[in-house]
Amino acid sequence: MILGVIEYEQSTMTELSLQMVTFGRDLAEKSGDEFVGLIIGASDNAPLIGELGRYGVAKVITAAHENLKDYAPVAWANTISQVIDQTQAKMVMAPGSDQGNEVMAHLAARSDLPMATNCAAVSADDLSRITRLRWGSSLMEEAILTGDCKLITIAPFVVEAAEGASHAEPAEESFEPTLSDQDIQVRLIRKEPDETEGITLKNASVVVGGGRGVGSPEAYSVLEELAKLLGGAVGCSRVATNNGWRPHSDQVGLTGTRISPELYIACGISGAIQHLVGCKGAGKIMVINKDPEAAFFGKADYGVIGDLHEVLPAIIEELKAQGV
Amino acid sequence: MNILVCVKRVPDIGARIDLTEDRQAITTKNLGFCISPHEECAVEEAIQLVEKHGGQATVLTLGPADAEEQLRDCLARGIDRGILIETDQPEWDSRETATALAEVIRSEADKEPFDLILFGNESADSTGCQVGIRVAHHLNLPCVASVKKLQIGDGDATASREVDTGWEVFSLPMPALITVKEGINLPRYPSLRGTMKAKKKPVDRLSADKIGASLKMQQLVHPPEQKKEVDMLGEGSAAASRIVEVFKALEVI
Ligand SMILES: Cc1cc2nc3c(=O)[nH]c(=O)nc-3n(C[C@H](O)[C@H](O)[C@H](O)COP(=O)(O)OP(=O)(O)OC[C@H]3O[C@@H](n4cnc5c(N)ncnc54)[C@H](O)[C@@H]3O)c2cc1C
Ligand SMILES: Nc1ncnc2c1ncn2[C@@H]1O[C@H](COP(=O)(O)O)[C@@H](O)[C@H]1O
Repeated sequence: MILGVIEYEQSTMTELSLQMVTFGRDLAEKSGDEFVGLIIGASDNAPLIGELGRYGVAKVITAAHENLKDYAPVAWANTISQVIDQTQAKMVMAPGSDQGNEVMAHLAARSDLPMATNCAAVSADDLSRITRLRWGSSLMEEAILTGDCKLITIAPFVVEAAEGASHAEPAEESFEPTLSDQDIQVRLIRKEPDETEGITLKNASVVVGGGRGVGSPEAYSVLEELAKLLGGAVGCSRVATNNGWRPHSDQVGLTGTRISPELYIACGISGAIQHLVGCKGAGKIMVINKDPEAAFFGKADYGVIGDLHEVLPAIIEELKAQGV
Repeated sequence: MNILVCVKRVPDIGARIDLTEDRQAITTKNLGFCISPHEECAVEEAIQLVEKHGGQATVLTLGPADAEEQLRDCLARGIDRGILIETDQPEWDSRETATALAEVIRSEADKEPFDLILFGNESADSTGCQVGIRVAHHLNLPCVASVKKLQIGDGDATASREVDTGWEVFSLPMPALITVKEGINLPRYPSLRGTMKAKKKPVDRLSADKIGASLKMQQLVHPPEQKKEVDMLGEGSAAASRIVEVFKALEVI
C-alpha cells in the first residue's frame, strides 16, 4: 500500500496535492499496490473524498482528533506514523510544498528513517530507487532509499495533475490517533489573508520582469509603465532583490514566487536555472537582452536583442501610437 | 540572547554545471563557494536579533577544512564565533548531518544554553528540507519550518510563513528551532572593517562520526535539456512594431 498525505485549503485539494495524487496513483498501478489517500483533520471530508474519487483513488482514510483541528506539524506526523503502524504502508508520499516537506521531515525524524524530498521518479519494481531534483532543479540525483517504509515528497510540477481514467467511489475508513497536548505545542494559531488587492505577481496575466540589466531602482519606472499599459505586474530577479532595488515579494524564481502569466516579458535577466523554475508556468516568454548569447533565449518563445532602456520606451511609444 | 546558526559550504554554480567522471560530484575547479540564500538570511536574522536584544551569535558548519571561508564570511557580517566540524568525507546525507550537528549543539548548549537555533529552509545543493527538523527532534526543541517573519516575545516566539492565500502564523515556546526562508530580511554584505575583525574572531575545530548513509546516492545526472525554438523579433527599438504585433496575436492588448 502507498499512502498519500492530502494537502487542502478550505476543503479543496491544493494543486501540488493533485499532482502528488496523480503521481502516486500511476506509480501504484505500475507497482501493483493500492494507493490510499490520507486526509488529516479536515472539518468537512466529503468534498475532498469526492475529488479523490475523480482522481481514481479507491480508498481514503480520514483521521480526526480534537488535537488535529488546527494544523500542527508534530500532531500530523504522529498521526501518519500511527496509520503506518496500522496499515503497514510500504511508502508514504506528500506534496513537495512547505507543509508537505515539513510534515514528512517530522515523520522521518521521529521514525529515524531516511526521506527523499523533491522526487521526480520512483521505480515501480521495489519503490526504493528514486530520482530527485537537487541544486534547485539544475541536477538530478539517482539514489537508493533504505528503510522499511519509504518516505518521499514529490517535486512540484514534475507531473501534470490528471483525473483518473475511471472515477471511483472511494471507500472511507476513519481513524482516531492517540495524541497528547505535547503534539500541539507548535500549532497554527491564525491565518492572515493576503491584503494586496487587484493585480499581483501571482494572478497577473502579463508580468514584466527586470534583472541586473535594469541597472537602478529608478529605472524600473519604465517596466512599471509597460506593465500598466498591459494590465500586468512587475517582477524581478534575485540580483534586483539583493541590490535592494525591489522588494523580495517581487522576486520570481526558486526562492521567490512561481508565476503563471499568459506572457512573461523578461528584461535584462540572464536566465539562470533558479530564475527559470519560477516562470515555467508562463504561457509564452519574451526575452529582451543585449547579449545574444544569454541563456534565456534558449528557453524563450520570442527574443529581442537590444538594450532594454531603448526597447521598452519604443514599445510604450508604439502602444500609445496605436491608442492602447 | 544566545543564538546558533547552521550553514553549509556549497559551490556557487553558474549556468553550466560539469560533473566529475564518476558522476558523484560537481567539478568545482573554476567555481567559488557560498552558502544557500536561505542560510544567508538566517545569519542576517541572528545578527539583527543580537543587535536588538543583546547576547551573542555562533555559526556552525559541518564540512571540509576550507569551510572556514564560509564561517569567516559570517563572522565578517557580525557573527561572534564559529565552529567547524571538520570532515574529509564529501557526501553526508541529511540524517547523518543532523546526528553530527545535534551532538555538537548538545555539548555546546551544556556550556551555555541556546535561546534560538536557526537553520536554512534547505541547503542549496541537497535541497533536503530536513536537517533542521531532524536536529529539533534530537534536541527535543519546538520547531517551525519555512519562516519568513519572526517575532521574539517574552519566552515565546511568533513565526509566520507564506502560503498561496496569505500567511500562516505559528506560536511556539522558546528555546526553539526555526528554519528560515529568503525574504525574511535583506542580508548585509560584509564591510571592510567587519572582514578585518573577523580574522581575530575564534573558530573552534571539532570532529564527528559518520553514522552511515541511509539515502544512498548512486549518481548525479543532468536533467533532460528542454530547448525551445525562439522567434527572434529583431534588434533594438526597431523591434517595437513586431513586439506589439505579438501582443495582439496573444491577445494581451
Ligand atoms: C539556491 C539559489 C536560489 C536562487 N533563487 C533565485 C530566484 O528565486 N530568482 C532569481 O532570479 N535568481 C535566483 N538565484 C540567483 C540566480 O542564480 C542568478 O544569480 C540570478 O537570477 C541572476 O539575475 P540576473 O539575471 O538579473 O543577473 P545576471 O545573471 O547578471 O544577468 C543580467 C543580464 O542582463 C543583461 N543586460 C545587462 N544590461 C542590459 C541592458 N541594458 N539591456 C538588456 N539586457 C541587459 C545581461 O546581458 C545579462 O544577461 C538563486 C540562486 C541560488 C544559488
Ligand atoms: N553540513 C552542514 N553543516 C551545517 N548545517 C547544515 C549542513 N547541511 C545542512 N545544514 C543546515 O540544514 C539546512 C537544511 O539542509 P537540507 O536538509 O540539506 O536541505 C541548511 O539550510 C543548513 O542550515
